[in-house]
Amino acid sequence: MRKDQTLGEYLQAQGVSRRGFLKFCSATASLMALPPSAVAQVAEALASARRPSVIWLSFQECTGCTESLTRSHAPTVESLIFNAISLDYHHTLQAAAGYGAEAARKAAMEENAGKYLLVVDGSIPRDHPYFSTIAGISNLDMLTETAANAAAVIAVGTCAAFGGIPHAAPNPTGAVSVSDIIKDKPIIKVSGCPPIPVVITGVLAQYLTFGAIPELDEHGRPAAFFGQNIHDRCYRRPFYERGKFAETFDDEGARKGWCLYKLGCKGPTTYNACATLKWNEGVSFPIQSGHGCIGCSEPDFWDKGGFYNPISAGNWGSREALLGAAAAGAALGIGSAIAARRRQKKAQETTI
Amino acid sequence: MSFLDFARGPGLQWSLTIMIVGLCWRIVGVFLGRWRRDLSRPRSEALVQGGLRAIITRSAPARDLEKNIRFQHITGYIWHIGLFITVFFYVPHIAFFKSILGFGWLGLPSHLVVIPAAVTLAVLLMLAIRRMTHPVMRTITRPDDYVSLIIIIAALVTGLMAYAHIGLRYETMLALHLVSVEVLFVWIPFSKLSHMFFWLLSRYRIGTYFERKGVKA
Repeated sequence: MRKDQTLGEYLQAQGVSRRGFLKFCSATASLMALPPSAVAQVAEALASARRPSVIWLSFQECTGCTESLTRSHAPTVESLIFNAISLDYHHTLQAAAGYGAEAARKAAMEENAGKYLLVVDGSIPRDHPYFSTIAGISNLDMLTETAANAAAVIAVGTCAAFGGIPHAAPNPTGAVSVSDIIKDKPIIKVSGCPPIPVVITGVLAQYLTFGAIPELDEHGRPAAFFGQNIHDRCYRRPFYERGKFAETFDDEGARKGWCLYKLGCKGPTTYNACATLKWNEGVSFPIQSGHGCIGCSEPDFWDKGGFYNPISAGNWGSREALLGAAAAGAALGIGSAIAARRRQKKAQETTI
Repeated sequence: MSFLDFARGPGLQWSLTIMIVGLCWRIVGVFLGRWRRDLSRPRSEALVQGGLRAIITRSAPARDLEKNIRFQHITGYIWHIGLFITVFFYVPHIAFFKSILGFGWLGLPSHLVVIPAAVTLAVLLMLAIRRMTHPVMRTITRPDDYVSLIIIIAALVTGLMAYAHIGLRYETMLALHLVSVEVLFVWIPFSKLSHMFFWLLSRYRIGTYFERKGVKA
């Protein structure tokens, strides 16, 4: 794709019909909870949009987010839009290496100062700059330098959004999220381990259409995708209401597709669009595949107790600690009884 | 740490610890405390039977008093049974007990548990209003009674709101529900609510006293 080519021209060249493009715009507007009247605006803005420059930085991560976003089974309009952005820097996807790669990043930053989008996946180690480096540059320095002239930052994946697994106790690298470091730029958090691909294209489409970030929830995530919890949208919800639960992963309840609450499903406290958008082009999502939600799009999801403990079970400590409390209470009771007996005896002696 | 993390973690841990320490302290203290010396010969030796009889007979008011306290009697049973069903037959609650006890039991469908919970709440609110307006009830009421009422009502209201997704976000309502239950845990050993652990013991004790004195309670 040429740099001066618009998105509309590019999609047309790729064989996407006007009808197909409008269908995508309608779906995108609907996903982002925009009114039907906004569809035309979305279509017009997307068709005339120039390729936005995107710099993608990967820090303490597993590349799962990139895998998720690039794994399309068919060339959908979403993936074409993703291809249409000018991805000027991405460790995994770029052909350049070494000094050439860094030169590409610097060039993109200079050419598109104040206009480029910065996408970050992975958390940033703060305890020591050399826990994670790229071309000898610490993650912290690279992030602050690249974010300085970015139009907006998209924190992709739970590691970039909230610190994720590297941030989990005992957090040996002092891992933090993007928003813990960058304070002066709009940040959109697309959390999930990994996040749903269509969410990132939806966010990009909204940015290209309106030139602004979408409405965000209290954690800084696009409200259109993270506005409802999975439990409310789960197809197994009726079984929860009827008191039908799977007790193990291979019992009758599991085979019949009953609710996975007792097996530790975190759907009631997890906000994401998995139950509606699903994965692999709408084929399934974890709960549909028989495993409870682990709450991967929520802050500190790794430290909320066992994945297989029901939410209501809580993290109350250990039985030994409770037995210790009982022993302490009994000791207090014995002490109180002895004191009471002494008082009574003394009172009796005084009376006599 | 989020509010829910606190409620599911340290809040729960500390409140359970305080409740267990308090209950064991009181129960052991009561059993080992110096009991009154017997200065006379007992009129009956069947103290165990007397104690057990009192447990049953004290579950209903004396026939002569029934007319005067029927309202209190019936409403009392309704909300106690309703609360019992809500606490012990709602599946997420059973999951909580199972995590501590190591075993669970069959629960009821969630929408069926909502009915006794709502009835319990309605009766409790009615009794709270009566307690504040009825001259006799007002006279015998102590701050302990109001605090106990507020805590139990708070636990029911937040639980029902969390279930029905009313008010704040689900996890906030769930955290509020957990915190209200944790306040209840802390309050139980040091208030009249300790009767939920003492009622059998105290009835039995009264029965043995009466039996010893020759009174068929």
